[in-house]
Amino acid sequence: MSVLEIRNLHAGVEGAKILKGVNLTLRSGEIHALMGPNGSGKSTLGYVIAGHPHYQVYDGDILLDGESILDMEADERTKAGIFLAFQYPVAVPGVSVANFLRTAVSNVRGYTDRARENGNNGTIGSNLMPMREFRRELNAKMKEFNVDPSFARRYLNDGFSGGEKKRTEVLQMAMLEPKFAILDESDSGLDIDALRVVADGINKLATPDRGFLLITHYQRILNYVKPDYVSIFYNGRVVQTGGPEVAHMLEERGYGWVEEEFGAEAQPA
Amino acid sequence: MATQNDLQSLEGVKEGYQYDFRDDVTPVFKAKKGLNHEVVDQISSIKNEPEWMRQFRHESLDIFFSKPMPTWGPDLSAIDFDDIYYYLRPTEKQEKSWDDVPDNIKNTFDRLGIPEAERKYLAGLGAQYESEMVYHSLHEQWEDMGIIFLGMDDGLQQHEDIVREYFSTIVPAADNKFAALNGAFWSGGSFVYIPKGVQVDIPLQAYFRINTENMGQFERTMIIVEEGASVHYVEGCTAPVYSSTSLHSGVIEIIVKKNARCRYTTIQNWSTDVYNLVTQRSIVEEGASMEWVDGNLGSTVTMKYPSVYMMGPGAHGEVLSMAFAGHNQHQDTGGKVIHAAPYTSSKIVSKSISKDGGRASYRGLLKVAKGAHHSKSNVVCDALLLDEESRSDTYPYIEIEEDEVSVGHEASVSKIGEEQLFYLMSRGISEDEAAAMIVGGFIEPLVKELPMEYAVELNRLIQLQMEGSIG
Repeated sequence: MSVLEIRNLHAGVEGAKILKGVNLTLRSGEIHALMGPNGSGKSTLGYVIAGHPHYQVYDGDILLDGESILDMEADERTKAGIFLAFQYPVAVPGVSVANFLRTAVSNVRGYTDRARENGNNGTIGSNLMPMREFRRELNAKMKEFNVDPSFARRYLNDGFSGGEKKRTEVLQMAMLEPKFAILDESDSGLDIDALRVVADGINKLATPDRGFLLITHYQRILNYVKPDYVSIFYNGRVVQTGGPEVAHMLEERGYGWVEEEFGAEAQPA
Repeated sequence: MATQNDLQSLEGVKEGYQYDFRDDVTPVFKAKKGLNHEVVDQISSIKNEPEWMRQFRHESLDIFFSKPMPTWGPDLSAIDFDDIYYYLRPTEKQEKSWDDVPDNIKNTFDRLGIPEAERKYLAGLGAQYESEMVYHSLHEQWEDMGIIFLGMDDGLQQHEDIVREYFSTIVPAADNKFAALNGAFWSGGSFVYIPKGVQVDIPLQAYFRINTENMGQFERTMIIVEEGASVHYVEGCTAPVYSSTSLHSGVIEIIVKKNARCRYTTIQNWSTDVYNLVTQRSIVEEGASMEWVDGNLGSTVTMKYPSVYMMGPGAHGEVLSMAFAGHNQHQDTGGKVIHAAPYTSSKIVSKSISKDGGRASYRGLLKVAKGAHHSKSNVVCDALLLDEESRSDTYPYIEIEEDEVSVGHEASVSKIGEEQLFYLMSRGISEDEAAAMIVGGFIEPLVKELPMEYAVELNRLIQLQMEGSIG
């Protein structure tokens, strides 16, 4: 059982404050939906948790099982068990999905560090998960998560459609087996079939030892993935938390009332 | 062919320029430093050359004196022509067995892994040390098929008729100042003759090593591929690091006859005090194909534009050029494709990476002559900059004298992106490893054209260059 605690988090970029006192606790086995209007800072929260160097933390803390992760680089946070599925996954031409994933998995599962400690990183492949074992697991997971086997050889996100990118993000999550997954608008830009595939993948990965933060603008994906908690995010902070009924209320009432109710007091002094 | 699969796992090797070792070799003859006709005579006499070659050398030197230094391209003002050894003979003769090569020279090549590579995956190997080929050998099965693979000097002695027919017809001494310098002082290099219809399906390799400070190495290579034959010739090169400059100025002449095929691959890894000024040119006949694969990682200055003259209908030419310019390096590379016959096709792909203030320039010529109708050409140059101090330039020259042609040119410059780095790091990959991965992906289209062993070597060299380069 793990806990990811975001405590009074203030963060932004180049002096501009975007997150203004976020408090949120994720636990293993829970799905927490974070809903809010565009520009409310939802994606920034995802980036800050994942350790994007572009953002600065001004105040507050992020604790994984009681330990602050703020001093950790992005790769170290991932090794510690945090995974961010990107709203806009980045293309890396010339790097195949299989090789990228083998390197990533080898880092996250400790093959790379162990090879370094043993002074054994000069030989080809000695710092990577054995090829055959990796291939077997990748093939099985590609099948399970509805990713065509040909994707193993394709260059990472290069020329992928929106749906293909999102599915590949889910595949990466399945391979890296994080303790906490933050999904940034994994539903955006998907048609109904692609949405089902992505939602199905999330449900398969929603095991008792894993927690989810589902960042979304629309209620739509919550028809397929049932959240335990729904929080409303507005102007850089969580303004209300409840059960699934909050999502239904947002679906009925839209975000206009959020601004009316929380807009005035949320203005910086 | 190599894939990313085989390559990508090479990170983490912690070494500097690993070829920086010197050997204590006393040459059997060392010409005195400096440029003069007396040295030319000495070289010609030692080599026991025919009179026409001696004349050619003298004329070449006069041409060298008469031509100004190039005023375009990289700065060459640090080359002191009077402070260079133009001829250094390391041994009495060239051997066919490594057992007969003097131990200290053999050790050098052992440390470079050359004899091992020869046993494993080469059809033949030539090894040049300073001015001379010290070893040249071709596996028997290829010899039996009539292939000739000799040092250029032996080629001249044993096959004077062939050499005389083609020598300097493709790269005349007057072509450029450094071709003239090579003409005067040339020594070593390979003479390759592939008879009609013979397909050599594993590579021939030459390896060039400079050991002495202020050395000038001027190898001369000639490759003749007869009708319907094919060959892949590979060259590699290294030198120890000194504080003063050495000069390497080779001339490569290639003839690819009707329906024949030739590929010439270079992995250039000179130490960063070597000026590498090379002229590589090929004549391609009807239906034949020439491919230059040019990887430039070393040297302080490289000027090299492998060229293909497509002389017969349906001829094809390719130049795949990769340059890595680090601190104190200027890679001025590219290619020239000249369409002189109809229905010819060509492709130039150039990929350059600049870091730590290095400068990479693409310089290329695409020419379609009058009458070369229905020619097709595509030129793509991509540059990747790893930091703000580094530089990339593109100098594309295009001359089209025919209407019915299809010509494409694309160029791009990109910086290694924060978003790409963060994306890879957010998957648990360290910053250095992520940067190396992005660079590896950038040159992947070129690397996958190399035979596995060279692809691994090239990727390993790039990993070394990338160590600690970010952040």
